[in-house]
Amino acid sequence: MSRTLYDKLVDAHKVCDLPDGDMLIYVDFHIMNEYTSPQAFSGLDTKDLTVWRPEAHLAVVDHVNATRSQEPHDQASKLLIDNLEANCVKHGIAFYGLGDRRQGIEHVVVPEQGLVAPGMLIACGDSHTTTYGAFGALGFGIGTSEVEHVLATQTLRYKRLKTMLVEVDGHLPPGATAKDIIMKIVQVVGAGGANGYAVEFAGSAIRAQDLPGRMTICNMAVELGGRAALIAADEKALKAAAGRAHSDMLRYDNEDWASEPDAEFDKVFQIDAAEIAPLVSWGTSPDQSIPIDGEVPSVTPEMPPKTKAALIRALDYMGLEQGQPARSIQIDSAFIGSCTNSRIEDLRAAADILRGRKVADGVDAIVVPGSALTRVQAEAEGLDRVFVEAGFDWRPESGCSMCLAMNDDIARDGERIASSTNRNFEGRQGRGARTHLMSPAMVAASAIAGRLADVRDLQRETE
Amino acid sequence: MPKIVTGLAAPLPLANVDTDVIMPKRFLITITHEGLADGTFADLRFDEAGEIRSEFILNKRPWSQATILVVGDNFGCGSSREHAVWGMRQLGIDACIGTGFAGIFYDNARKNGLALPIVSSKDRDILLQLAGRETSVEITVDIEGRVIRAEDTAIPFIMDDATRSGLINDVDDTRDTLTYADAIRAYEATLGAGMRVCVIK
Repeated sequence: MSRTLYDKLVDAHKVCDLPDGDMLIYVDFHIMNEYTSPQAFSGLDTKDLTVWRPEAHLAVVDHVNATRSQEPHDQASKLLIDNLEANCVKHGIAFYGLGDRRQGIEHVVVPEQGLVAPGMLIACGDSHTTTYGAFGALGFGIGTSEVEHVLATQTLRYKRLKTMLVEVDGHLPPGATAKDIIMKIVQVVGAGGANGYAVEFAGSAIRAQDLPGRMTICNMAVELGGRAALIAADEKALKAAAGRAHSDMLRYDNEDWASEPDAEFDKVFQIDAAEIAPLVSWGTSPDQSIPIDGEVPSVTPEMPPKTKAALIRALDYMGLEQGQPARSIQIDSAFIGSCTNSRIEDLRAAADILRGRKVADGVDAIVVPGSALTRVQAEAEGLDRVFVEAGFDWRPESGCSMCLAMNDDIARDGERIASSTNRNFEGRQGRGARTHLMSPAMVAASAIAGRLADVRDLQRETE
Repeated sequence: MPKIVTGLAAPLPLANVDTDVIMPKRFLITITHEGLADGTFADLRFDEAGEIRSEFILNKRPWSQATILVVGDNFGCGSSREHAVWGMRQLGIDACIGTGFAGIFYDNARKNGLALPIVSSKDRDILLQLAGRETSVEITVDIEGRVIRAEDTAIPFIMDDATRSGLINDVDDTRDTLTYADAIRAYEATLGAGMRVCVIK
């Protein structure tokens, strides 16, 4: 039977079957951060276990660190950061901490360091590990108990997922980006629509994306519930994986890392790229989005009671009226950053919009480069000056920052943020904070307008 | 955990309850598992001043005694934080009945003795209604028999074999996997040069 890319990756990493239908799969590479790993290390200590292969792990500080300066902003975050370093020293694990020129958001650092190649299996105690599917690698998030399991055994207990194919064909209209492709997919499949599935993205609009865009798409696949996201490895993927610090060490060319032409999927969705417009989320779930020239949804008579209640609750939390035009929504702040959209390409896209323009009065605008190396590259290109001259706060350090507000970048109750991040959950960016997800260029356009704005209007002006 | 869980159930019908809502980030800055009960559903249970929100179901009698939740679709979505499951366990929740759960949350639950029976939408709505009655209805989740009983209703649920036996037998997966160490070494012996990551320190 013809195999999907997902099946090939699982087959290539299967160690053995376990009773009751699970299997053991081998983890080629495991990444840790400071907030989901401490209890895994203490589990090893309690059980008197050692790390199976210390060289196959990397620890990066990214979730709780301040990005205004290298100094931790409080004792609690310092404790987490110091704890990770101490655990890494004790077990002989590579640690990219604050001040290390390789530090940054884990999912930005790993491709930058050439630690992902087509055919690999990568696990990390972070849900956005699906990012590595962009390279034709199987990446997925795990909990802390599983972090302990990988440390001690280099394997995971695994159950094969069902497979879903999402084909996006056609030409993306001007102004629409990879972020809009994935936000559209989340809208169509639904939050949770891919629970229990590995999702493969295919079609001409996906292939047309370069690796940074593909990473954005696979990154947010977890918002539709996909435990794995994949895109067939092609020349672009091989090229993006090459020429980096670890590239020459890694060679997983034992397969053609693509689904066979007649492979069957359990579920298939087809989306016309021509119909994808720049999107903004309006609600508190990533599938609640509308085109920027659209309106916030309204209750309709045929709406089931549960849908109606959810809509009203989301509108109430977000402080929005039914039928309100998206472009009338005033913002308090703008944030460009996160593992979804903080790579150099994202910063360039935002800077193109900001060049020669100013952030609206009263809008706090922040940009946090995805890694220390991204920041250095951006500064070499003069992008930092573009951001600063426009009125953005250009952060000297890298991390997740306001995407999940685990450091000192916490939005106020009711603060409304145009954000290049991945989740608009209640309280995600701070208790009572109101998040609108969109592409980095759309965040830039909104920061200038002081309200949610259509990047295409500014792009037309620039032309 | 026991093969049968019995207790009072509380209805939590909201869809897409994510792990940021189950365990807000201010409770995550910790290196231990402990002390997470207060953080669980904190923004639903308490207001900004820390006062109890009396309208929230788990703050109302009889549901403040609930050990089982009946939940909306896609419960546990979002972040991988196992703190969400640790907190629910510390709050005394033994089972959470829904139509489907996010994958990482599902696996985290199994590792911590939180049973997640999966039922149809129709059956979930029946259970939501039962759980919502003020004349406290006890629900029994028979993990071994994969059936939920409440009054004279019996509702079958889905739970994969490995999760079911993992819950019942309370096995330490890490130690158990190490009994397969030879198989792991045999797999590693098949890896070509370039298939053994060695991270530069």
